[in-house]
Amino acid sequence: MLLTTLMLIPLIGSLVVFMLPAAKPTLAKQVALGFGVATLVGSVLMVIGLENSSGGLQHVESYDWIPAFGISWTLGVDGISASLIVMAAILVPVVIVAGWWDAENARRGTVKGFFALILALEVLIIGVFSANDLFLFYVFFEAMLFPIYFLIGRFGGPQRAYAAMKFLLYSLVGGLFMLASLIGLYVVSGRELGTGTFDFETLTTLNMDPATQKMLFLGFFFAFAVKAPMVPFHTWLPDATAEATPGTSTLLVGVLDKVGTFGMLHFLLPIFPEASKFYAPAIIVLAVISIFYGALLAIGQTDVMRLVAFTSISHFGFIVLGIFVMTSQGLSGSSFYMVNHGFSTGALFLVMGYLVSRRGSKRIADFGGVQKVAPILTGVFLISGLSGLALPGMSSFISEFLVLAGTYAVNPIAAIIATFGIVLAAVYILWLYQRMMTGVPSKEVEETVTEISRRELVAIAPVLAIIIALGFVPQVALNVINPAVEQVQTYVGVTDPEAAVVVEGSGS
Amino acid sequence: MKVSVEYQALAPIIILLASGVLSVLVEAFIPRTLRRPIQLMLVLASIVLAFAYVVINATAELAGDPLVNGGQVKGLRELAASGSIAIDGPGMVIQGIILLISFVAALLLAERQIDPQGDAFASRSSTLPGSEDERQFTAQGWLQTEIWPLYLFCVGGLLLFPVSNDFLTMFVALEVFSLPLYLIASMARRRRLLSQEAALKYFILGAFSSAFFLFGAALIYAATSSVNFSTVAVAMENSSQDGLIIPGIGMIAVGLLFKVGAVPFHQWVPDVYQGSPTPLTAFMSAATKVAAFGALLRVFYVAFGGMRWDWRPMMWVVAVLSMVIGSLLAVTQTDMKRMLAFSSVAHTGFILLGVISTSAAGLSSTLFYLLAYGFTSVGVFAIVGLVRDASGEATHLSQWAGLGKKSPWIATIFALFLLALAGIPLTSGFTGKFAVFTAAIDGGATPLVIVAVVASAVAAFFYARVIVLMFFTEPPVDGPSVVVPSALTTVAIGTSAAFTVLLGIAPQPVLDLVINAGLFIR
Repeated sequence: MLLTTLMLIPLIGSLVVFMLPAAKPTLAKQVALGFGVATLVGSVLMVIGLENSSGGLQHVESYDWIPAFGISWTLGVDGISASLIVMAAILVPVVIVAGWWDAENARRGTVKGFFALILALEVLIIGVFSANDLFLFYVFFEAMLFPIYFLIGRFGGPQRAYAAMKFLLYSLVGGLFMLASLIGLYVVSGRELGTGTFDFETLTTLNMDPATQKMLFLGFFFAFAVKAPMVPFHTWLPDATAEATPGTSTLLVGVLDKVGTFGMLHFLLPIFPEASKFYAPAIIVLAVISIFYGALLAIGQTDVMRLVAFTSISHFGFIVLGIFVMTSQGLSGSSFYMVNHGFSTGALFLVMGYLVSRRGSKRIADFGGVQKVAPILTGVFLISGLSGLALPGMSSFISEFLVLAGTYAVNPIAAIIATFGIVLAAVYILWLYQRMMTGVPSKEVEETVTEISRRELVAIAPVLAIIIALGFVPQVALNVINPAVEQVQTYVGVTDPEAAVVVEGSGS
Repeated sequence: MKVSVEYQALAPIIILLASGVLSVLVEAFIPRTLRRPIQLMLVLASIVLAFAYVVINATAELAGDPLVNGGQVKGLRELAASGSIAIDGPGMVIQGIILLISFVAALLLAERQIDPQGDAFASRSSTLPGSEDERQFTAQGWLQTEIWPLYLFCVGGLLLFPVSNDFLTMFVALEVFSLPLYLIASMARRRRLLSQEAALKYFILGAFSSAFFLFGAALIYAATSSVNFSTVAVAMENSSQDGLIIPGIGMIAVGLLFKVGAVPFHQWVPDVYQGSPTPLTAFMSAATKVAAFGALLRVFYVAFGGMRWDWRPMMWVVAVLSMVIGSLLAVTQTDMKRMLAFSSVAHTGFILLGVISTSAAGLSSTLFYLLAYGFTSVGVFAIVGLVRDASGEATHLSQWAGLGKKSPWIATIFALFLLALAGIPLTSGFTGKFAVFTAAIDGGATPLVIVAVVASAVAAFFYARVIVLMFFTEPPVDGPSVVVPSALTTVAIGTSAAFTVLLGIAPQPVLDLVINAGLFIR
C-alpha cells in the first residue's frame, strides 16, 4: 500500500489545488508546495524502508485490475526506481518554488491549473517508475504525456502549440510501437504459460525464442529511444524545451526522459536478455553518436534552452552506453547518472530560466558580462555548468567515470571515443559561460539583469547541495542502486569481465 | 414443414416493428399537438421493453441444453422462425448494444432546443428547398413527427440484421433498416440540398450494394442449394463449385462491407455523414455500424467459417485500405463531420481486425469494440450538433478554435471522446483496440497490427489537432457558440461520456459479458 499511498498524496494535492478558487493564486501555490513537500517526505521514508541486501522488488503490492487480460495494479520498487522517485520528489517542490510566477507570466490558463498539472504529473511519475505490470507501465507512460502537453501548450512560449504537438506525436508514435510489442509479448506469454500476463517478474522467466525476442525488443526500444531521446529520434526535445517554462523543462528532461533509459534498464534487459545482447553493439554505436552529436550541436546553439537540451542528448548517450555494455560499473554508473542528470540539468534549466526571465531573451548573444551585475547568480550558473560538464567533485563526474570505466572493460574503442565527449562538454559549458557571464555588460544587461532573489536561491540551493554532496559521498546513492544492478545482471545472465578496473564509487 | 414462431426469442424485434406500425397510426389519427409526446413515449418505451426482453433472454436459465456446456452458460441459444433467425449470445449482445445506442440517439433526435427554428429536421420535407412554401412552413413553426415511425422500423430492422440466419432474412432486414435511413437522411432542416444529395447518393449506392448482396446470395444458393447459413457452411465443405462460391462470398462481402463503410466501399460515408441531420449521423455512425458488423461476423463466422483461408486475404486488403486511407484522408479534411466520417472508416478497419481473427477472442473483442466505439461516436456527433452560429451548425474546423475558452466543459468532454477515438489509455477506445489487436496477433495477423499501429499514429495527429485548436488557439471574433441543450441531449452526452470513461477504467464486467456470450450457434 506504501507506493499507492505515495501516489495518492500528489493526486489529492492536484485535485485540491484544482478545486481552489481561481482568484487566490498564492493559496494554490502554497498548497501545491505543501503537497510537494509531503510527497518528498513520503518518498524519503519509502527509500529508508528499503532492504539494501536484496536487489529484487520491494514494497510490492498487487491487485487485479482487468483479469480478462491478465492486467493487475502491481507496484514495486528496486534501488534504481526508488532513487529516481526520490529525485523526482525533490525536483517537484524545487520546480514549484522556482516557477512561482511562471503561470502569471504566461498570461494564459490559470495559476491553479499550472500547479495542479505539476502535481498530476508527479503522480504519474511515481506510477511509471514503480509499475511492475507492463500494461500499467504503458498506461502511465502514455498518461504522462498529457500533463506535459498542457504544461507546454498552455504556459509555453510563442511556438508552444507547435512544440506541444511535436512532443505529443513523437511520444505517441513511440508509444504505439511499444503497444504493438506489448501485445505481442502478452500473446507469447499466453502461449507459453497458458494464460497471458503482464507481470514483470513472470515475464522475466519466459523462454522466448530469439527471433521473437528481437522483434518485440525493437518496439519497446523505439519507444524508449524516442523518450530518452537518442539520435536520430531526438528532434522534439529542443523544440519542447525552448517553448516550455524552465520548470516544465526540468521535469521533462530531468525526470520524464529518464523513463526511456529506465525502461531499457528495468524492462528491456531482464525481459529480452538475448535480444539485448544481440542489439547491444548497434545501440552502443548509436549512444556514442548521441554523445557527439548532442555535444556538437550544443556548441552551435544560439538559444540557451536549446543548448541545455542538446547537452542532455549527449548525456543520455552516456546513460544508454552504460546500460548496454552491461557491466556492473556501467549499469551502476548509468543508474546513478540518471539521478545526477536530473539534478544537474534541472539546475541548468532553472538558472537559465532565471536569466531568461530577467533579460527577456533566450539568445546567448543578448547576454554578456552578467558576472559584473549579478555575481551570486553567476556563481550558481558556474556550479550548475560545472556539474553539466562532469567536473571531478560533482556527482556527475562519478557516474560518467563509472560508465566509461565499465565500457572500457568490454568495449575499449567505444570508451575511448566517448571520453572525447567530455572534452566537448567542457567546450560547450565554458564557452557558454564566457559568452554570457564574462566581458563588459551591455546597457540592456545592466538594466535588466538583477541579482538572484531569495526565492530563486531557495529553490536552486538544495539541488546544488545535492550535486556536490553526492560528488563526495556517492555511496549514499550507490548503496541503494548496486543491489538492483546485480539483480539486472542476474536477469540478463552476464558477469563482469575478469579485470574490472576500479572499485566503484571511489570518486575523485 | 411446420412453421414455428418463438415469440419469446423474437420479442425485441416484434416489439419494435409493432410499435412502428402503431406509430404510423398515431401519425394518422392523433391531433398534431399531441403527436410528439405520444410518439416519443412510444419510441422510448418500446426500446426499453425490447431491451428488457433481450436481458431476460440473455439471462434465461437453460439447464441441460445440449448446445451449452452441460447447461452451465446462461442465456437463450436457439434457432427461431424455422431456422431463419438465430438467437444466441453474440446476437443478443449486439441487439443490446443497438438498443442502448438507439435509446440515446432517440434522445438526440427528439431535441428541440438546439435550433431556434425547432428541431434538426425540415418542417416539411416535401417542400422545395429555398421555396416560398418552405419559408412559410418554417415561419409558422411546423415540426414533423414522421421520423418516429421510420426510426422504429429502422431499429427493428437493425435488430433483425445481426441475428438473421439465412441470406434472405438478412436481405429483408437490410432493406428494412436501410430505407428509413435513406429517408431520414434527406430531411435536414439546414443545408437541405446537401442533405438531399447525400440521401440520394446513399440510396443509389445502397441499392447497388444490396443488389450485390442478393446476387452473391443467388450464387451461393446455386452452389449449395441453400440460403441457410449452417446448411451453406456444411455444403461448402463438400462442394467443388468454387467458381460459384468464391464470387458469391465476394459479392456478399461487398454488400456487407458497404454497410460498415470499409474501403473501397466507403465513398458514401463522408457525404452522408456530412449531409444528414447530425442526430441521425450519430445514430448511423454507431447503431448501423454495430448491426452491420454483427451481420458480417455471423456470415463470415458461421456460413463462410470453413472458407476462411479463401476470404482472409481479401479481408486483409480491405482492412489495410480502410485503416490507411481512412486515417490519411481524415488528416486532409477541413470539415468536422467529414473528418469524423473518415475516422469512422479507419475504425472500420480496426474492427475488421477482430473479424479476421475468426476466433472466440476475435468475436468477443469485436463486440467490445463495437460497444465502446458506438457510444463514443454518438457522443462525438451529439457535441458537433451543439456548436452553432446563425446559419446552423458550425462544422468548419477553423470555427472550433478557442472553444475551450468559451465552453470549457463541452470542449473537455469533446476532447475525451477524441482521445477515446484515438485510443489513448484509460478510455474505452484503448481497451477496444487492445482487445482487437491482441486477438489479431494471436490469430497470426501481426503485420496487420503493425499497419494498425501506424494508422493509429496518423489518426492521433488529426485528433490532437482538434484539441490544439480548441484549447491553444484564440477564438475567432464572430465564432460560433455552444448552444445550451435541453435535458435530452445532456443525458445523451453524459451517458456516452460515462461509457467512454468506464469502459476505459473498469472494463472487466463488460469483458466478462462479451466473453461469456460465447460463439454463434449454427
